[in-house]
Amino acid sequence: MSSRPAGIRRGEAVTGWLFTLPVLLILGVFLLVPVLMALWVSFSDWSGRGSPLSSDVGFVGLDNYAAVTTSGSLAERDFGIALRNNAWYVLLVVPLQTALALFLAVLVNRAVLRGRGVFRTAFYFPSVTSSVAITVLWLFLFSTSGVVNTILARVGVAGPNWFNEPSGVLHNLLGALGVRSGPEALTGHGFLGVTWWDWLAGPSVAMSAFVIMAIFTTSGTFMLLFIAGLQNLGPDIDEAAMMDGANAWQRFWRITLPQLRPTLFTVLTLGLIGCWQVFDQIYTGTQGGPGKTTLTPAYLSYQSAFLSQDWGQGAAIAFILFVIIVLLTILQRWILRERR
Amino acid sequence: MNRTTRRLPRKALAWQVALYGLLILLALVYVYPFLVQLATSVKTEADAAADPVSLAPDPLTWAAYGRLFLRSDFPVWFANSAIVTVLVTAGRVFFDSLAGYALARLRFRGRGVVYAALVAVMAVPTVVLLIPKFLVINQLGIYDSYAGMVLPLLVDAAGVFIMKNFFESIPASVEEQARIDGAGPFRIFWSVVLPMARPALVTIVILSFQGSWNELSHFIVSAQSPDLTTLTKGVASLASGQLSQGSQYPIKLAAAALMTVPVALVFFVFQRRIMNTSEGAVKE
Repeated sequence: MSSRPAGIRRGEAVTGWLFTLPVLLILGVFLLVPVLMALWVSFSDWSGRGSPLSSDVGFVGLDNYAAVTTSGSLAERDFGIALRNNAWYVLLVVPLQTALALFLAVLVNRAVLRGRGVFRTAFYFPSVTSSVAITVLWLFLFSTSGVVNTILARVGVAGPNWFNEPSGVLHNLLGALGVRSGPEALTGHGFLGVTWWDWLAGPSVAMSAFVIMAIFTTSGTFMLLFIAGLQNLGPDIDEAAMMDGANAWQRFWRITLPQLRPTLFTVLTLGLIGCWQVFDQIYTGTQGGPGKTTLTPAYLSYQSAFLSQDWGQGAAIAFILFVIIVLLTILQRWILRERR
Repeated sequence: MNRTTRRLPRKALAWQVALYGLLILLALVYVYPFLVQLATSVKTEADAAADPVSLAPDPLTWAAYGRLFLRSDFPVWFANSAIVTVLVTAGRVFFDSLAGYALARLRFRGRGVVYAALVAVMAVPTVVLLIPKFLVINQLGIYDSYAGMVLPLLVDAAGVFIMKNFFESIPASVEEQARIDGAGPFRIFWSVVLPMARPALVTIVILSFQGSWNELSHFIVSAQSPDLTTLTKGVASLASGQLSQGSQYPIKLAAAALMTVPVALVFFVFQRRIMNTSEGAVKE
């Protein structure tokens, strides 16, 4: 490299910066500056009129953060409910989409499989369509007398009024066992304006329909990542284990899965980040209803700022969400780190 | 390989049948919703309500499509999505490859910083940016314009990485000759290296086409005028019942089907590439 004549390399510094300038400029103006501005707004009492940087906008310290976390007001309760809803969503979607994607990948990755292109296409296709189009379809499939309930009726199950049903599925299960209200220890105390009993309600029936939709639309994308990961594995270890008499199940758990760790980490991280940002589906479908049970922090942040003109609170919610995502990603990296 | 051509023992055969049965069942679950969507879009509203599961419209009617094209803003939405998508895709192909080339090939002070900054940028969750993006777009006076809708999407960090990785795989000797012939850096980039990067460029085209065609939240915060409504925003407003009394499922599903057609076309044309690009799309 260094043997090249200096004269030819001379203009490279200028050219290098010129070539990267458009990317840096646009990302700087529409990404870095916005983040800093929103950080300021989250500490201010800006009302949405005029510039947030003008002199009549006041600094209010952590007031906006306090409003959604410790105020005891409706804002706190809404934030608590949104976190509850999204936490259940993450808890169900991330493991299920990962497991299903891995399962599909293992199924279609067999060298001897005929028509695997067709199967891959079928599984991946939902991933290319927009979340808006899928949500519209889902509203139809899960409508009261829609496709899902019709099919359920044929096997003798009376389906719920999916997108209008605010009851939590865990509460419903307990209800079926005759438990209709929680013990005083759970109903009397809570966190973020939501009682522990309500934290444990599980996703509402309406949210469950979104859970199923997320699994349906993302399993294909992650299947492709797992296929790529599987194809990077050499057959040697697997074959050696086969010689040693390990059965297919043992080979999968002890040999394939540990080797897939990097892909697994990618899939879990992307899933986690995506699931904490649920917005399009809620905006298109339920706007947080019924009974706020599909409210998510991302949608609440939008709602607070753009619909209620509570810009400071909206920005504060966005930053709390940001911190949650970063922390969970770090935690996941720590849990899945290579142990020696 | 030749294990299959040999006669399979009965147990293995049973496994094969079970495997294919399972795969076909799963594939049906994935495909059936889209078939229902298409079928319902050519049903009458009464038929759609009476038998939602059926794939046979009775009677078959194109009324929903007629209504969308002739008596709604659907054509405007479609045109807006097309304009934005073309501009965004063109911009990303050019700017991402330009920056990717610089990072892969040009030696300049600060390159490491630029690289680190791009990595950091990719980690910012987009939904956190909704409010801030609106603030900046508003401050710049480009709210409610194509500029506000297109400019912020014009580059993406992931695309820069895909291009950088590709350029690093091209041998340096290719450019050497052009350099000796006296070609400047832009000329080398434009007429020597870029034509070689077709596979990576196709990847960027597919990803940015899908990304900008399906984008919703950015358009919500960058424009409000009905003339600037994109398909995603328009169809979302349909979903919440803007057009209509009643459920109007045939119209909603027809709109959703039509907005899926372009991405579906891209998908089926570039299928092989898409199935292999997912590795490049994600930063290891």
